[in-house]
Amino acid sequence: MGSFKLGKMTLRSLFGKPETICYPFETKPAPHGLKGSISIDMAQCILCGICQKSCPASAITVDKPAGTWSIDRFRCVQCGSCTRVCPKSCLTMEPDYQKPATSKFADVFAKPEETDEEKAAKAAAKAAKLEAAMKAKAERAEKE
Amino acid sequence: MGQHTVIPFGPQHPVLPEPLHLDLVVDDEKVIEAIPQIGFIHRGLEKLTETRDYNQFIYIAERICGICAFGHSMGYAETVESLMGVQAPKRAEYLRVILHELSRMHSHILWMGLAADAFGFESLFMHCWRLRERVLDIFEATTGGRVILSAVLVGGMVRDQDAQMLQFIKDKIASIEDDYAQLCKTFLEDSSVKSRLIGVGTISEEDARNYDMVGPFARASHVANDARSLGHGGYAYLSDFQPILATDGDCYARVKVRAAEVLQSISIINEMIDSIPSGPIFEPVKGMPAAGAQACGVVEQPRGECYYYALGNGTKYLERMRMRTPTSMNLAGMATALAGCDLADVNMIVLTIDPCISCTER
Repeated sequence: MGSFKLGKMTLRSLFGKPETICYPFETKPAPHGLKGSISIDMAQCILCGICQKSCPASAITVDKPAGTWSIDRFRCVQCGSCTRVCPKSCLTMEPDYQKPATSKFADVFAKPEETDEEKAAKAAAKAAKLEAAMKAKAERAEKE
Repeated sequence: MGQHTVIPFGPQHPVLPEPLHLDLVVDDEKVIEAIPQIGFIHRGLEKLTETRDYNQFIYIAERICGICAFGHSMGYAETVESLMGVQAPKRAEYLRVILHELSRMHSHILWMGLAADAFGFESLFMHCWRLRERVLDIFEATTGGRVILSAVLVGGMVRDQDAQMLQFIKDKIASIEDDYAQLCKTFLEDSSVKSRLIGVGTISEEDARNYDMVGPFARASHVANDARSLGHGGYAYLSDFQPILATDGDCYARVKVRAAEVLQSISIINEMIDSIPSGPIFEPVKGMPAAGAQACGVVEQPRGECYYYALGNGTKYLERMRMRTPTSMNLAGMATALAGCDLADVNMIVLTIDPCISCTER
């Protein structure tokens, strides 16, 4: 008889803690490193478009002139290729799943407007770089 | 003699997890002939090599089938690595074997549940799937995915596993082993289970060889056909490997072979974890496959030997990627096993062969 062969297991199921949880009132904590959804740090992004080229599902669109990075989360297959190829490491895989929706849409992220201070800092860095290059060139010319 | 009737079995059938379609020619309650119909879920995956490069195709390869997803990505990666003349680091090969054996465990336990469901033993079905859930929890913790793992890259693996995680895998498997022993006892000793399985759908060793059957289906007929014994990839580092065989060739023998293979997988995983070397897990692959370069690969999937063929054309796209999946090899054997059986036994025979139609029709 099957019930007797499975007796120990059946008794444990009868009197033990349930194996399942009472979803959606209870949710299981997501394990660390779960491949849920892609998030982007737009301040770091340089809109190079390498992620778009590596995406096997063509879910990512990078529009450099408009300064936007968008992802169609309904196409994304959570392979993580984009996070591995990003030269600025601004793409990360978050452990939260994409919530269901009634229609498909793309999440669009725009490059944040630079403040005057950031612009000034960027211009100063560029000027310093240019100056260093000119100096190096002049030194090289002197040696020759 | 009565008139023959043709009954369509599938593609939608309550007992089938996948859309298998058979035309059964029956005379009263006896099946005279079973004619498999192929093509219901053809998706043209091999054609996609034209639009996805060799790195991107790995995510298509693992979507051929949900249950053997990891095996397909591993087989594809190994084939493309040999096409480009590179070898994955040793630690990556060990990790691949560990994950591949875990997917074999999950596939076989899932299958045991389905078989129990097919002969009406609902509680056994639920206990099997409860155990399988623990294997999926290991996948979730180690790779971040439950079914489609996306854990393999051409040239290595995506994630390394630290000593703590490897110990977690060992502990989780040990917890499965205890419960699994009880399930096995029910499967192999219960009289009601035996009465549905013994002497049903028998295939002789000669037939198994003639029809080139593969996997547990062939091994249940005493054909020692196991691609793991060839020692490809990480399997070369196993101390000893003997395929599990049975002699009877009936449904019960197939259950016995799969039940023992889960235990064999557990011992392989433990051995691999104990002897895993340290080192890198990924070597970046540079360049493109040369024009006209060819490579073959073979992987023992849960359902049997799966063969891969790749042909390069000098670009990042492959000229041809071909997979010969285990179920397409087993279809002839399945038709033979079904000829002459009772109509009520058709679902049991089909399930013990464990057909994967997604793999077959790609």
